[in-house]
Order: sequence, then C-alpha cells, then structure tokens
Amino acid sequence: MNKIFEVPLYPYAHHTDEDAAAPARRKVVVIGAGPVGLAAAIDLAQQGTEVVVLDDNDKVSFGSRAICFAKRPLEILDRLGCGQPMVDKGVQWNVGKVFFDDRQVYDFNLLPEDGHKRPAFINLQQYYFEEYLVKRVRELQEQGAPIEIRGRNKVSAIGTHPDHVVLEIDTPEGSYNLEADWLIACDGAGSPTRQMLGLDFVGRVFEDNFLIADVIMDADFPTERWFWFDPPFNKGQSALLHKQPDGVWRIDLQLGWDIDKEREKRPENVIPRLKAMLGEDVKFELEWVSIYTFQCRRMEQFRHGRVLFAGDSAHQVSPFGARGANSGLQDTDNLCWKLQLVIDGKAPESLLNSYDVERVHGADENILNSSRSTDFITPKSEMSRVLRDAVLDLSEHYEFARPLVNSGRLSVPCTYDGSPLNSADALDGPERTRPGSSCPDAPLGDGFLLDKLGGKFVLLTIDADAPDVFEEQGIEVTRLALSVKDDKTLALKDRYLGSNDSGVYLIRPDQHVAARRPSFDENQFRHAIRRAIGKE
Amino acid sequence: MTEDQLILTPNINGADDFYADLLTAHEGLSKAESDALNARLVLVLANHIGKRAILKQALAAAALKPGEDTA
Repeated sequence: MNKIFEVPLYPYAHHTDEDAAAPARRKVVVIGAGPVGLAAAIDLAQQGTEVVVLDDNDKVSFGSRAICFAKRPLEILDRLGCGQPMVDKGVQWNVGKVFFDDRQVYDFNLLPEDGHKRPAFINLQQYYFEEYLVKRVRELQEQGAPIEIRGRNKVSAIGTHPDHVVLEIDTPEGSYNLEADWLIACDGAGSPTRQMLGLDFVGRVFEDNFLIADVIMDADFPTERWFWFDPPFNKGQSALLHKQPDGVWRIDLQLGWDIDKEREKRPENVIPRLKAMLGEDVKFELEWVSIYTFQCRRMEQFRHGRVLFAGDSAHQVSPFGARGANSGLQDTDNLCWKLQLVIDGKAPESLLNSYDVERVHGADENILNSSRSTDFITPKSEMSRVLRDAVLDLSEHYEFARPLVNSGRLSVPCTYDGSPLNSADALDGPERTRPGSSCPDAPLGDGFLLDKLGGKFVLLTIDADAPDVFEEQGIEVTRLALSVKDDKTLALKDRYLGSNDSGVYLIRPDQHVAARRPSFDENQFRHAIRRAIGKE
Repeated sequence: MTEDQLILTPNINGADDFYADLLTAHEGLSKAESDALNARLVLVLANHIGKRAILKQALAAAALKPGEDTA
C-alpha cells in the first residue's frame, strides 16, 4: 500500500503560462507547498485574490516532521475552512511524564482552560496536515477560487523590481518566466529564495542533531507525552515519545552535535537504540527515520520590497515547544489580510511593514523560549548541568521545582504589544485581551466566539450600543452584538470585560484586538481603524 | 528597610550554629555531590524568597557587585 506521502498530490501538468510569448503576470506567487505556503494561498484565495503556489516537489512532506499543532493555529485553520478534519484525525493528550536518568520524576496534567472550541493542541503528522490543506485547495478550485498548485515547478532565479518580481522556473518540460505583483517565500529553513536574494539569516546558532523516527507498533503506551532527561538508553542526551494517529509513535532521540549523520540513520544503528528505549520485546516497524539539525535564528527583516518571507524561511527555532509550523501559520494569518488590503488599494504598502514588526516580535519570543528550553535540555557548562540536575532531582520530591523543568514551552499566540497598529488601551479590562492580543475563544450557547468573528474587521460589542455596520476608508466594519448573558459560563465576561459592565472591541481580520473601550465612541473608533490599516 | 530590599546586614540568629550546619551538610561528600547539594540549596532558598526583585539583588550581591543588575 502506498503511504500518503508517496503519492504525488499535485503532479506536474503543463500550464499555458509556459508557452506565453511574454511572461504572464500573477497577483501573488507563493513558493513552497508546505503547511505555511498552503495556508497563505488558501487565505488569499478565500478573499478572491489570484494566487499560484510553486513547489519543486509534487508530494506532501515525507515523514511526520512537524507533529504538534497548537490551539491558535487550529483556530486559524477553522477560518481557512479545514480545522475540523485536522482535529478529527489528530490525537489529543493532557498528561505528560518526565523521566530523569532511570526513573520517572513526576507527571502532570495540562488541565486546559474550558470554554474553547479547540484543544490546547493535537498531534498530527505533517503529511496529513498538508493533505487536508491540499484538499481544501481542491475544494476552493471547484468553487471557482483563483488558486492553483504547480508541482515540480522549481524557481531557479528571482529578479526583484519596485512593483513586481520576475521568476525563472524550471519544470520537467523546460524553463519559463513568470511575473508576480507579490511573492511570498515559504520555502523552508534552507530557503532557496533567501539565498538567491543574498539575504542574511542571523542569530545564535546551536548545532544539535536529533534522530527522529516514526515507529508503528501495537504497544499499550498511554496517550501521553514522555520526556527523558539523560536516560540510560541515550546517556547525556534527551528523548521524547509522542503518539500520533494510526498507531504511529514519534520518537526523538537527541544525538549531540559531533555525529556521523549517515551512519546514525542506518537501520542497524537505529533499531538497537529504539529497542533499548522501548524494551527488547516490543515489536515495531520503522516507517521513517531522519536526522534533524536545528538552529535558532531569524532574518533581520521579513519584508524585502515585494518579497515576503513566512515560516521557517524567515525564522528557525529548536523543536522544543512546537514553535516552527505553529508560528509559520501565525505569520500568514498576520500577513494575508494586510496584503489583501494593499492589493485592493485600501491600505498603503507601508502596512506590510507592520507584518515585519509584529512577526519579528513573535519570532524573537519563540527564539527566546526555545533557546531557554535548549539550554535546559542541553546544558552548556558544567555548572549549568549541575543546576539542571538539581532542578530535576528536586522535582521528584517537591512541587516547587516542577515549573523550572523545561522540556519545551508549548506554543501560545504572541501578543503584539507596542505594535503601531494598536490604539491605546481605553478599557481597564482583562490583561489577556489588551490591544495586540489574539482573541481568546468563548462559548456562546451552541457555538463559539471565534467562529462568529470570522476573518473581517469586526466591532465586538458586549452589552454596548453601536451602529450595525460602519465604514471608514473603504473598510467595512460589521458589529457582533453580544451580551454577557449569551454565555452562562461567564467566560466571555471574564475574558473580555473583567469588572466592567460593557465593552467595545475593534478586532482585526486575524482576530487580534486593535482597540477597546468601555463604550462606542465613533471618532475614537474611526481613528482606531485608520491606525489598524497603517493610515495613522 | 522595605520588603523588596535584600537584607545585607546580620539577620541569622545563631550564626555560628547555622554555619556549622552548612559544613555538616557537606561532610563526607565528594566535590560533585557538594556542588549538587549547593545547587539544590540555592533553588530551595530562591523558591522560598520568591520575589524576583530580591533574587536579582541577591545574584548581584553574590557576584560581589551589590547594586548592579547582573541578571
């Protein structure tokens, strides 16, 4: 039987653009049909913008790769029309166990907060994730949306101009040129786009290697996350065991920096390691093995004229905390509505600079968190190892030490504090919904808040009056009128009002708060809209 | 003296007894075991103090740079 990642999902097909006498011009070209590139394309196509995705391959990701998808990206996928199949297929877990040396030191339950449509995160192989995105692309195509994926279209040269880019593309049938008003580079950590444009990729480089294996086994390990520090089967290193759908287990074994990658990948070297970890009697089959080398760094700027970088091409983090694909989806969530407004002539091009400001802030937060995890997991000096081991020894006996144990801080959405798009906070309300925050979900009877917000500018009123529709600078803002009575659990009140009796929120298309006040003030909200689209 | 101020004046009743307890705790330990004990002790005490402002002052004081923010 063929695995999904062995089947060409977007095989090469000749396109008339290849025969054009003069290069065809497309609105947006996305390079890379991975999770981030596909999400960007779907987002734009849903808004009616013509988008072409180019990929040098024709299949989904080989092996599980990114496996942990957090709540915020799942909410973004809901807006993109494909959150449900991901959640239906994905594995949910709440219990984690931490091992040190030859013993379990403690376990924990994440106890996720109630009143959210989506779980804290799911485990799902990247190939499923991409498959569902490709299905969504096909669905949009059937509805006539201007979106296409061109497989085995490898970009070999890029020319940049003030108002467009020119791409030279190699296909199995030869080369052709294509122009694009805008280019989004989602071509991964080794981004050929970044290299072709000669752009920097700076930061703290950690050299570390992980043996990553997808193992099929009928084992009665519970659906939990198990993390080992310095286990007997991988001395001086770490290990992770995670469950994925279809009885596939994901195992990450840290190998250190000075290794022979090809040698470590050979089954005769991998299998004894796995047996030492899982037990001699456990029967398993290797589905996929890879060596993963990571670094923590980012580009200085994510926008370079008409070229926008998103996902791993712009920033790379260690795998601890699942901040790679998750942050990439937040990049495109942030970028696409802005690009759409610029393309529609409703916002100045400079609005795109806020993509840079906000997502660089997000990348720095992710790099900080994952660097700290790395420093804990792989102590860099003798004393940092002594302190790390002290934390782990104490955690076995005392609860106080457990928050210090750092095997990865799971991805949570970034708050764009200090963003030029925010208006000053005019509500003495909850901290978590201050301007710049991503809106927390809340139950509303038989539905949820975020589904009702959708992907346009919304004026959320809670027990407050305001016009049902109001327009500023060509931006139509529709009102979502709610009352604290709409949510008997009072999550809506707790998350949006705090001790206030009423509140009015201006919410951006990416469901981040732009402004909030206790009541509607037309003049103030007109200012806030202009600010949120880069006109003030 | 406010409660956000690290105490750097004598504050232990029975200073000699405390010091003897500290030495006793390390008696018979190898260098590695002593280092581990000290590390655990620092973490236990830091958690008891709990206040980041005090801990920052303590880090500076221990580095013999009182008043500087070394963290």
